[in-house]
Amino acid sequence: MSIIYDAAIIGGGVCGAAAAYRLSRYDVKTILLEKESDVSFGVSKANSGIVHGGFHYSAQRTLKGRLEIRGNLMYDQWHQELDFAFKRCGILIAAFKPEQMEEIRRLYEQGVENNVPGIELCTRERMLALEPKLSETVCGGLHAPGGGVVEPYSLVFSLAEAAQLNGVELKTRFKTVSAVNTGDYWEIGSESGEKVQARYVINAAGLFADEVSKVFGGEEFVISPRKGEEYLLDRLSPARPEKVIFPVPDEHTKGVLVIPTAGGTTMIGPTAQITGDKTDNATTDLNKKSIFALAKNMVSGVSEKDLITSFSGSRPVIEGKEDFLIQISDKAPRFIQCAGIQSPGLTSAPAIAELLCQLLQEAGLFLQEKTTPFILPEKVPAIREVTAEEADKLFQKDPAWTHIICRCEKVSEAEIRLAIRKGHTTLDGVKLATRAGMGRCQSGFCSLEIMKLIAEETGTPLAEIIKRESAGTIVTGCLGGEKK
Amino acid sequence: MKTRTADIAVIGGGAAGLTAAARCAAAGKKTLLIERLSRPGGVLQQCIHSGFGIHRFNEELTGPEYAHRVLTQAEEAGAEILLNATVMQIDGTGEVKTLTVYSRDEGVLLIRARAVILAMGCRERCRGNLGIPGERTAGIFNAGLAQKLINEQGLLPGTRAVIAGSGDIGLIMARRLSWCGVKVACVIEIMPYPAGLSRNIAQCLEDFDIPLLLSHTLTGIYGKKRVEYVTIAPLVNGVPDLAQEKKITCDTILFSVGLVPENELSRACGIELDPVTNGPRVDSSLMTNIPGIFSCGNVLHVHDLVDFVSDEADRAADSAVAWAAGERPGEAAITVKAGKNLRYTVPHRAEAGKTNHFYMRASTVMDKAELRVTSPEGRIIFSKKLRYVKPAEMISAAFPCPEESTYTFTLENC
Repeated sequence: MSIIYDAAIIGGGVCGAAAAYRLSRYDVKTILLEKESDVSFGVSKANSGIVHGGFHYSAQRTLKGRLEIRGNLMYDQWHQELDFAFKRCGILIAAFKPEQMEEIRRLYEQGVENNVPGIELCTRERMLALEPKLSETVCGGLHAPGGGVVEPYSLVFSLAEAAQLNGVELKTRFKTVSAVNTGDYWEIGSESGEKVQARYVINAAGLFADEVSKVFGGEEFVISPRKGEEYLLDRLSPARPEKVIFPVPDEHTKGVLVIPTAGGTTMIGPTAQITGDKTDNATTDLNKKSIFALAKNMVSGVSEKDLITSFSGSRPVIEGKEDFLIQISDKAPRFIQCAGIQSPGLTSAPAIAELLCQLLQEAGLFLQEKTTPFILPEKVPAIREVTAEEADKLFQKDPAWTHIICRCEKVSEAEIRLAIRKGHTTLDGVKLATRAGMGRCQSGFCSLEIMKLIAEETGTPLAEIIKRESAGTIVTGCLGGEKK
Repeated sequence: MKTRTADIAVIGGGAAGLTAAARCAAAGKKTLLIERLSRPGGVLQQCIHSGFGIHRFNEELTGPEYAHRVLTQAEEAGAEILLNATVMQIDGTGEVKTLTVYSRDEGVLLIRARAVILAMGCRERCRGNLGIPGERTAGIFNAGLAQKLINEQGLLPGTRAVIAGSGDIGLIMARRLSWCGVKVACVIEIMPYPAGLSRNIAQCLEDFDIPLLLSHTLTGIYGKKRVEYVTIAPLVNGVPDLAQEKKITCDTILFSVGLVPENELSRACGIELDPVTNGPRVDSSLMTNIPGIFSCGNVLHVHDLVDFVSDEADRAADSAVAWAAGERPGEAAITVKAGKNLRYTVPHRAEAGKTNHFYMRASTVMDKAELRVTSPEGRIIFSKKLRYVKPAEMISAAFPCPEESTYTFTLENC
């Protein structure tokens, strides 16, 4: 007789992982199901990495506004407990035309109503003092000191790691395709024919939440992917500002931002385009040109010469609804919807997890805190951030610490081996977990070195190492056809 | 943390670093070479084709053979080579320079040296740097990485390839892939002339009937798991003509679209760079703006032949040896400028009263040209007839330099 879990979470993005982390404090058996070979490989991988300021939406009138402000405040605790890059560097909304000041004032008032800490209406001079990189053409704006930046994938990895340390099971390569309600529990089937039984289910399937809802006979809605392209600049780019700089938002988007990423680079983007294709991650020349033009108008020092790479990701927007859908399903029993988690989903994630646990309780799952000690993941140093003295101490423990594999981002063999041992066994997984391959050479030099480490740690032949689940192997075979 | 001292520290164990280390050690200087990989030789180790050493050794060697020669020279001369060691920082202030090195064998090392030779080489410009639109699937490689996968590991990057850019590595890879049974659909080049050497166009493309599409650009890379096709378009008046855009089916795309000297370390310690070469600005002793720090090889400017890399490394080594012995070069007071039809010249400053060596690259293709060096008053200081001129092939000149404020190098039609 196989195990019946108390809760199954479908989707290993930031919401699923956050829910798993929160549930791991309680005396319940939880399983996190993810279709990729690693967590964080969907919406949570490709976004702006912003912890928003809490003034874009009304906390009274929208769920996302309420969860955003609460989520923002909960980040400090996460940052204490977990191991991810996060900085409350502050957010500026910059007006470049006098007529935009009206919208700035509206946002300011909304922020005040939402109780945003320290929100400030700024003159041109104040804006330039707060951010010297801002274009001289700025005419005023808004400052939210509590906003910031987060490295979304390292956050999700850390949440999932901590959840697992406290008893949550993670099942990757599990794409949910069927669900049968036996009365007491759901029997969830994967594409490859595996079965998992769980009494309660959370649908945190991101772009595919509509399909998962359908499988469970839940609410009918359509996720309409809204694609955003981002362009990443070298960490030596002179454009890197101190604070996240937003333009004045329009009806549909917050606009193109200039972001000092938590990882140390500068990012410009995103666009917002409805594509109709959830797997469309293509970037376009047109958007590249428009993003660069917009960013150049906002800050000085933006140059195509500093471009490292570009990427795109889609926001899972529910058609006809701009807000999140988080509720106990009215149609499927013991089924909690966590869908339409577009921006500010990353900011809201801690509060979403809290709400999901409340909903599980309301739906009948008894949540009692564990009496056993709660285990927090060990914080892994990044060799690029430690002093030479600290690096030498790390070397005394393991010589792999002073062996640099990724020259651009300065990542050591020790960090890479640790990431592989934690289950990041794909080239992209190692990249997101350690930043190896994320720099200016885009893994031209270190790909093979990392592949060798993966091969050594996992026993996988080089030819079979994959880029990521949805991309397949790096190479197509071996010379002479033999397997190495 | 351990401290080590040397007369001369050489950063980088490729052709430039090994040659320089051999020469420094042969001159009796205590020489320490720092190499980040587990094996010296740099990119030569993956270049298993021949064509190296014709000028320097009067022989046609393969890359690993050339690496072996210079490595043996360095070892026999007594240079010490640290492997798996990365220079994290250079403190160039003061008479003695300090390098902070992270080594797998020795932990954090502080290396103090009287002179430093920068020989870090270059990296390939990649798809991401160019911002080529499309998807980020498997099957997208720098030509150099694909070369390493095949030649060092026997791994095949794909079954049907398109090569973007006609740099030498791309051309060599077109032939290598063909030999491995990988179909190369075409090589596309954005410029109206090839970026690689003529001999490589003949031996790597023409001999294998691989089309070279000049004045074409890659407009996108598409596919779901792996690359399924790329789109290309001809350039009309410098912009892609999307009306003529077409799809080319392939599962692999290789990029050979230029090399960038790896100067992040140099930049961080205050070395001035030339925005055209992306290498340090140097005087005729190959010294950077920081006294006692010299530069040679592909980190200074991208070379066409390894033989010239070694020649330049010899000169940097001679300068470093003299510097470490306490000699100080004369002032390099002549400003050197690249004029008509030239993209750049190296060095950037020359010293009057002695023979100076210059390397330069043309910015265009010319039949029968004259290299001319003129003074501010228009006096011709030096001239040399050239049978043909191509941006792919370096031009060199060496002549005794009379005193002048400025030398302007130009290529004239003749």
